[in-house]
Amino acid sequence: MFFTYLRRELRRRRKAALVVASGLALGIALVIVVNSVSNGMGKAQDKVLQSLYGLGTDMTVTKASEPSTSSSQRPRFQFDARNSDDDSTQSSDRVMVQGFTTLASSTVAEVGDQKGVSNAVGGLSLTVFKVSGQFTRGQFQQDQQGGGMPSGGPGGGSSGQPQGEVRGGGADFDINQYTVYGTDVTQTGLGPLTSSKITSGRTFKTTETDAKVVVADSAYAKEKKYKVGSTVTVKGVKYELIGIATADSGDSAANLYIPLKQAQTLADQKDKVTTVYVKATDSQQIDVVKSAIQKNVSGTTVTTSADLAKTVSGSLSTASSLATSVGKWLSIAVLVAAFLVAGLLTSSAVSRRVREFGTLKALGWKSGRVTRQVVGEAVVNGLVGGALGIAVGLAGAYAVTAISPTLQAQLGSAGGQTGGAGGPGGGGFMGGPGRQTAKSLEVALTAPVSVTTIAVAVALAVAGGLIAGAFGGWRASRLRPADALRRVE
Amino acid sequence: MYELRGVTKRYTRGKDTVHALDGVDLTIGDGDRLVIQGPTGGGKSTLLQMLGGLDRPSSGEVVLDGVDLAKLPEARLTRVRSENIGFVFQSFNLIPTLTAQENVETALVPLGVKTKERRERAAEALRSVGLGERLGHLPSEMSGGQQQRVAIARALVKQPKVLLADEPTGNLDEGMRDEIMEVLERMWKEYGLTFIMVTHDSSIARKAPRVATIRKGKISVKENTGG
Repeated sequence: MFFTYLRRELRRRRKAALVVASGLALGIALVIVVNSVSNGMGKAQDKVLQSLYGLGTDMTVTKASEPSTSSSQRPRFQFDARNSDDDSTQSSDRVMVQGFTTLASSTVAEVGDQKGVSNAVGGLSLTVFKVSGQFTRGQFQQDQQGGGMPSGGPGGGSSGQPQGEVRGGGADFDINQYTVYGTDVTQTGLGPLTSSKITSGRTFKTTETDAKVVVADSAYAKEKKYKVGSTVTVKGVKYELIGIATADSGDSAANLYIPLKQAQTLADQKDKVTTVYVKATDSQQIDVVKSAIQKNVSGTTVTTSADLAKTVSGSLSTASSLATSVGKWLSIAVLVAAFLVAGLLTSSAVSRRVREFGTLKALGWKSGRVTRQVVGEAVVNGLVGGALGIAVGLAGAYAVTAISPTLQAQLGSAGGQTGGAGGPGGGGFMGGPGRQTAKSLEVALTAPVSVTTIAVAVALAVAGGLIAGAFGGWRASRLRPADALRRVE
Repeated sequence: MYELRGVTKRYTRGKDTVHALDGVDLTIGDGDRLVIQGPTGGGKSTLLQMLGGLDRPSSGEVVLDGVDLAKLPEARLTRVRSENIGFVFQSFNLIPTLTAQENVETALVPLGVKTKERRERAAEALRSVGLGERLGHLPSEMSGGQQQRVAIARALVKQPKVLLADEPTGNLDEGMRDEIMEVLERMWKEYGLTFIMVTHDSSIARKAPRVATIRKGKISVKENTGG
């Protein structure tokens, strides 16, 4: 009888049911879209963070900040004086450690020994400045009135000397800057290279600890027209290009990747690393591990993903804030309104059915049975609203993913100054390779709908139905049969 | 058997207090047939509601088979209604979305009767009031007289001791009225019911063995020798 009665009533009052269901559907759809967009923001942020130090890294360890030692850290270029007729190209490579500070390689093992650390891998981030060009000798031109001597010489201008000046000449130098990351080829599962996929050739073999081989980022390789098998020269050392890596986020960690030992040799930083990439055994215990490392490994700065996430700004950050603040409150407001409207409509429907419920009570139906009938109808309304809302919400989330609006993420603009995250990596990003200054990344927004979101939507639908049912049920339960019958007779 | 002792029902509206029933004493034996008459607002329906356990008196006792309905907790009163008392209303009060058979079944739901038995008993009750061909019809698909017969079937399907009818022919034309009264009288005799009916219709009252008249909450009972 319960289901027959329920089905018939819903069919009879389908317009009212549709109004209630539509209100709930709107609220639930908003919750799904806002939730999925928030998820998308989170994923976009993760993507941005992964581009910094790869997949699976929970935190990085860099050397704690020290006062700058000024000029000794600035690159110096020296060019030889040449004979007057020699216009040949000169070049000079300067390999510098990013952030100018390093940790001893032994720190990697020390960090790895800490409780809660699953794996620790060291890496050396370098920046190479290559200045190449030539000096062109100036030509002396003699004055028409004066003698044949050049002017400006010692005692220039004095009578009897040739008069004239040096014209033309000068220097034409090109500066090429690129980044090189020295990677521990024995542990390729952790570190910046994990955020890239080898799209051509191969990655390092674990035996190539000191081999003259290089993996290039795809964008850099395209710019330099490198292919697998090409020779890449860094500071006069020739490397064979064995693979081309494409960054997942479109922004690579470095332009070139070479074995760690080779990087240490190039930079004259034997047994040194700039960053230790750490994976924790339990992702819920990251803060505990961070504290342990900072306490037990002196002179280090530990930065977690959460610390790093705080430094992301730009439209991604703005949209994320919008989704979490405005979106959240809008969803709540619409849901509350929908629940109230559903409740009032259900209550009003009960008012219109006082004779019906009064008659049933006169026949011996208990208040609980009448209330269950009202609540049952409201819950079905809620579920219909939930189904509609889920459909509309999924469509909305699909539309967001299909349109994929591009968001900009500013990395590290404030990172060096906030939360102690700014390590010696320069520009604040914990020594992450290839990021000496604030960097802008473009990330396409998606709106993935998780099972949790759907579960929340279903829960809201049921809750909406129950709330509406509670309004109506409360009213129905208070109906006294005599009053109900008296009011309509 | 009903015994009403000093039943008073007062309604307060603002500063005014209305005595719908004022010290009513009444005894109705098992299998009796009583017609209640009186002017509008005199307290007829209020008395019927007291007898049916739909309302409680302000003071006094409404005793049915030795149990004072006025003092029963709500759950037990509901049980008494579901088992012992059948109601027929002037406006039929059928559930518009349920078929004739389902409407009759609603009276068996609180008794916990299984679905199959419920259906059979409802169909049988409808056949007994001449609606065997109308089981699957909605109220909107039936005439007023047919709807009232469905209501009578609903009242009697649980085989109550008491049948309370509040102006059951009030919304019907003369032809229908006679038809319904014929059904009610037949049921009264067939089931040995205690049948109490409120009506304005003097022609119906004339045929009743006992007629109670209520004016301003006071009751007077007359034995009808011609009934």
